[in-house]
Amino acid sequence: MKKNKMSAAMKREERWGWAFVFPTMLGLLILNFYPLFNTIYQSFFKTGDFGLGNIFVGLKNYQNLLMGAGSGELYQALWNTVKYAIIEVPFSVIIAMLLAVLLNRKMVGRSVYRTIFFLPMVCAPAAVAMVWKWLYNQQFGLINNVFHAKIAWISDPKIAWISIAIIGVWSILGYNMVLFIGGLQEIPKDYYEAARIDGANGFQQFLHITVPLLSPTTFFIVQTRIIGALTVFDLMFMVMDKTNVALNKTQSIVYLFYKYSFTNNNKGVGAAIVVILLVFIMILTAILQKLEKTIVYHA
Amino acid sequence: MLESYTMKTRLTKFVIHLILIIFSLIMIIPFVWMILTALKTNQEAISVSPFIFLPQNGWHWENFVTVWKNYNFLILYWNTLLMIFFRVVCACLTATMAGYAFGRLRFRGKNVLFALVLIQMMVPSQIFIIPQYLMVSKMGMLNTTFGLVFPGMVTAFGTYLLKTGYEGLPRDLEEAAGIDGCNIGQKFLKIMMPLTRSAMVSLGIFTAVFAFKDLMWPMIVSSKAETTTLSAALAKMQGQFSSDYPAMMAAAVLAIMPMVIIYIIFQKQFVEGIATSGGKL
Repeated sequence: MKKNKMSAAMKREERWGWAFVFPTMLGLLILNFYPLFNTIYQSFFKTGDFGLGNIFVGLKNYQNLLMGAGSGELYQALWNTVKYAIIEVPFSVIIAMLLAVLLNRKMVGRSVYRTIFFLPMVCAPAAVAMVWKWLYNQQFGLINNVFHAKIAWISDPKIAWISIAIIGVWSILGYNMVLFIGGLQEIPKDYYEAARIDGANGFQQFLHITVPLLSPTTFFIVQTRIIGALTVFDLMFMVMDKTNVALNKTQSIVYLFYKYSFTNNNKGVGAAIVVILLVFIMILTAILQKLEKTIVYHA
Repeated sequence: MLESYTMKTRLTKFVIHLILIIFSLIMIIPFVWMILTALKTNQEAISVSPFIFLPQNGWHWENFVTVWKNYNFLILYWNTLLMIFFRVVCACLTATMAGYAFGRLRFRGKNVLFALVLIQMMVPSQIFIIPQYLMVSKMGMLNTTFGLVFPGMVTAFGTYLLKTGYEGLPRDLEEAAGIDGCNIGQKFLKIMMPLTRSAMVSLGIFTAVFAFKDLMWPMIVSSKAETTTLSAALAKMQGQFSSDYPAMMAAAVLAIMPMVIIYIIFQKQFVEGIATSGGKL
């Protein structure tokens, strides 16, 4: 398409196109692309105290976080985040798939079940976390009282990360389930019909028809959940008090980022932490894209 | 033979409902416990032996009154509503325009610009927060509605969603309008935009729910009790009421109730809206 050969109509269309994308592109530039590079830029600076400017320190923030004094905390937070994801992702995906398969039929109360499972999606995580913290309360909480236990659900470093991951599973279950129901509805009914004629039972049908044909949906959900779990913040922030002895063994990488950037007002280090997170997620996304070809069944 | 077949399907149905009911209870109990605790006195809430489920000595609605007054929930609702309103309007307006251009118009630079939209969707949003905060701070807009709305003024994800919506519309509609002498702007306003209404509703609901749930951003840009949102206010209350469990639960109930009620009324649109737009969470 050469410039001088463009018709008047095409020129008009082009002008309309630019005008229509302009607000969005300008916004993305100011709100996202400038900040992306600015964050990377800031990660090379030591944040100055009040009145003083920032001091260029090169790779010192990274050196400190990856190999120096800050490395213990950073690697612990990374490990905490990965541990959280290892519980949240598989459980929320597998239970959601089971529920979706059970709900994917004409039955009484279908929409009531769906409404209930999806309910946590519209609730502020801050409120959800408050309720769970109360349920987990060691002395007065419902869970310990019903089971006559004295478990320190959120202050024992050995189990606090599991307790938080349980809240995560509870919160996201219904959302995953709705996505699975969408995926299930795209599988043609005659496949099951044919399998039934061949004498396949329900479980065999699930294994040989549902699982492979649902795999694109499953992969999509797993991928979004992994990234969601790796950026977990709200639940951790609300459940874990600053004085909680288990904090060190549960705080996620985004929690650490928040603490450095906005509580300790050390934005240089905060920026470096979030850049490390970005790199981590980018590598993981690339690996997942590679795996996609082998895991997902392409009909 | 037939009899055993119906027996078997009945048994299957029973088992399915049993599993679904057990999970439903797991989902519902925290909400029930939240409401029941909110109606007890603190004495009742922490009485362990014998463990009580229901409020004795009447239902203590005054917990709600106390937190309502102490925290001025009216202002919190108003702040949250304003933030949601402006975010939804900005997101829908910019995304429908950009979505139309990316989905239907030919112009130079389109692929490059759309690649930028996709890149934004792949990057975790935490990376933008420090500079966004510094910008709001430099503009002197901390503790304002503008500050709360700021990062949500445009949406890459919404642009993507609307682009898909516009692409799905039949071509001949537009051509017919072109013959009738409409220009592109009129075509967009009168013909194309109304046809993507369902995608717009989805984006609107999605934007509203996630603005409502957001915690980190309002905590950062709105530290004052008079200017903050429900989510961020809850975080503050937790520090203050830490041992008054009925008060905390009353606050949590007040914070989620409006959204829960709207959700129950429009549940179909909500589930579809959030699920179809579930690209980025």
